[in-house]
Amino acid sequence: MSLLEARGLGKRFGGVQAVSALDLDVGDGEVVGVIGPNGAGKTTAFNLLSGFLAPDTGDIRFRGRSVLGWKPHAICALGLARTFQIVRPFPRLSVLDNVLVGALARHPRASAARASARDVVERLGLGPKAAAPAAGLTLAERKRVELARALATEPTLLLLDEVMAGLNPTEIATLVEIIRSIHASGIAILLIEHNMRAVMALSHRIVVLSFGERVAEGPPAAIARHPRVIEAYLGEEYVDAPPAR
Amino acid sequence: MAVGLTLIFGVMRVVNFAHGDMMVWGMYLAWLLATRVGVDPYASFILCAAVLFVAGLFVQRLLVQRIVDAPHEMQILLMLGVALVLENAALLFFGPEPQRVRSPLAQSTLWLGSVFVDVARLVTFAVAIVLTVVLSWFLFRTDIGRSIRAAADNPYGALVIGTDVRRVYAIAFGVGAACVGAAGALVAPLLPFQPPTGLQLSVASFNIVIIGGMGSLLGAFVGGLLVSVAESLGAVFLKPSLKELVSFSLLVLILLVRPAGIFGKRVA
Amino acid sequence: MKPLALGAAVLVLVALPAFPSLFGSYAVTLFTLIFFYGFLGQAWNVVGGYAGQLSAGHAAFLGIGAYTAALLSVERGLTPWIGMLIGGALAAALGGLIGFLGFRFGLRGFYFVLLTVAFSEICRVIAGNTEAVGGALGYYITFTGNPRQFQFQDTRAYYYIALALMLAATVLMAWLERRRFGVYLAAIREDETACEAAGVNTFKYKMLAMVLSAFLTGVGGTFYAFYLFSLQPNTVFGVPLSVEIIIRPIVGGAGTVLGPVVGSFILSPLAEVARYYFAQGGWHGAHLIVYGALLIAVVLFLPEGAYPRLARALRRRATVA
Repeated sequence: MSLLEARGLGKRFGGVQAVSALDLDVGDGEVVGVIGPNGAGKTTAFNLLSGFLAPDTGDIRFRGRSVLGWKPHAICALGLARTFQIVRPFPRLSVLDNVLVGALARHPRASAARASARDVVERLGLGPKAAAPAAGLTLAERKRVELARALATEPTLLLLDEVMAGLNPTEIATLVEIIRSIHASGIAILLIEHNMRAVMALSHRIVVLSFGERVAEGPPAAIARHPRVIEAYLGEEYVDAPPAR
Repeated sequence: MAVGLTLIFGVMRVVNFAHGDMMVWGMYLAWLLATRVGVDPYASFILCAAVLFVAGLFVQRLLVQRIVDAPHEMQILLMLGVALVLENAALLFFGPEPQRVRSPLAQSTLWLGSVFVDVARLVTFAVAIVLTVVLSWFLFRTDIGRSIRAAADNPYGALVIGTDVRRVYAIAFGVGAACVGAAGALVAPLLPFQPPTGLQLSVASFNIVIIGGMGSLLGAFVGGLLVSVAESLGAVFLKPSLKELVSFSLLVLILLVRPAGIFGKRVA
Repeated sequence: MKPLALGAAVLVLVALPAFPSLFGSYAVTLFTLIFFYGFLGQAWNVVGGYAGQLSAGHAAFLGIGAYTAALLSVERGLTPWIGMLIGGALAAALGGLIGFLGFRFGLRGFYFVLLTVAFSEICRVIAGNTEAVGGALGYYITFTGNPRQFQFQDTRAYYYIALALMLAATVLMAWLERRRFGVYLAAIREDETACEAAGVNTFKYKMLAMVLSAFLTGVGGTFYAFYLFSLQPNTVFGVPLSVEIIIRPIVGGAGTVLGPVVGSFILSPLAEVARYYFAQGGWHGAHLIVYGALLIAVVLFLPEGAYPRLARALRRRATVA
């Protein structure tokens, strides 16, 4: 049984069917990439999975339980953490306090939570900036703060929404390594990404969305060669990208 | 009155807590003109509108412009501060006793079918309709009006096509203030007023605008009618001192049921 | 121990308690008010400063606490020391109701402010029209000077009680700030959506903040009732009183432990001066104009409040020296 199972998800906004009849699975320890043109419904799907939006149709099962209608904080308590497309750290709180908020979800006692938070902060290389307010950091650093906060909730599944957006190649490379190490620690990852190199490098399996529907699914190499995907979206240069480990 | 508030909100997303107090100043201005200069408020309301337009521009440029992008709490506090200053300045200049403006029109009545109608109220109603129509024409037919609506819809877009957004905001606020100035002058003969009346009027404006929908002119107008009817009914069935209870309870109800109102857009 | 903390400790433990014996009754009264409003400001700070839910209707909680304790004491002979808790509980219940309505129905920012004002005004109108609590004329407590009835011949007793209240609330806030409750509230003020994603039950914590804040304010109401001996619905439930409560923490620094205290030390003397100045011309209540100007100034120039600015300046001086 999969860690996350979404069946028949549908969501409509006024006249637009953002997501329709979507099935999605993430297995334990898997890295699944979600790609598709803008407006394909990727972030909407994330919002449905993490409890920020209620689906019109369909069911979502996480760790064997239906989380349909659950509030986001409850889903997080169960082990699903997410980041946002436009990064949202707590601006006036320090890096450590940002991560502390996440850690408190698992450690009710502030002292234990602080220790856990400090640990995560070090692991993500934010040690030197731990006392600095999040608002003053660079974009790459703020993304790491948000990531650290999500990690501090000790999730089994992490949803990353376009976490590479706006970063330069060096920062992207660093982040890819960080994500690899997160995965190596046993956390499953579902990531929305436009950066093809990163997606190909990280994912075991890729799901392609277009206009709210799944149009293709498979290992990176297969997706890169899929005729529908290539003609609409990818370029030939990504056909030979290295597969995920 | 409510039309002015909804305009300010619709354009700048700033809620004008000082609205009622601005109106009270309009009333005092009309009173001054009536008692010192002898001008009937039904004639002076245009002047009151003009004065408040200028004052509104001034307030907007000086104060409101700075907090257009600030977090909501700051905007609320700023306007609350302005309200306090206005209310207590009125207290200082005019004293705490209630005032009323005398007008020959206010005394006369008309037979309309089988019902006595106060000429004063009829004129006020008529002028209110005319002003709303004029405002709509202004917003939909003139260039300035169009820029105001553009800036309201999409400030960045408006900037890109060369609109001086700050000027537009200032004008919008000024127009909102003018509406309230006119309203103040027109209502002055009907209602005894004193500085604390500002809060009541602010609440009434909010009630109306929230019911009709923030940011919608039509909503403000319809809302005004609905609230007046509700309050009149309340006054019939309850003790007069409980009239305020009706408006506040109505506000709570509306806030819970449908803060977007009948026609409106939600606050972000 | 850092020199600043040491200085503060000396002030609190030695100077303030010794104060009444050294100075005349006017100063004692002034400081009593500083401490009392500092306490109320700290109570508001829980929900308004830390959780970021601006409430302009806290007078409702004060009023309920005040009337409850007063009525129970005069009509039933129940000592206000217990009546205080009952009043606080009732205020907390109202706070819970307002919080529930506001938060469950997603009222944020301006809408929430309006909701709180609406409730305090509703209380005002109801109290003013209910003969059982004195109606529009108000409710009066006869002075007996009996400590059991929370009344003291010596005004210095009120000074110490107010000081104790303010210190207790401040210590409570300092403690909560480091714990889960305080951290969560600060985060809620920053970004509720991000909070939910990080496992924070924002509704629950906002409710807790609201109920705690209301309870403390209600307890303060008892002090108010037995210090002033008369309760007028228009004063006790009025918006001006809510403004008095919120302006000190806002000017001093909302969301900080010492903000309300610093704010009270700034504002109460200022208010007295303004009141005196304006009262000379026979204009009562006009000192609020100073409050209005101050609010405007703070929003435009000092949005985080006086205390954070001061603390930074002092810290800079300390590192340079």
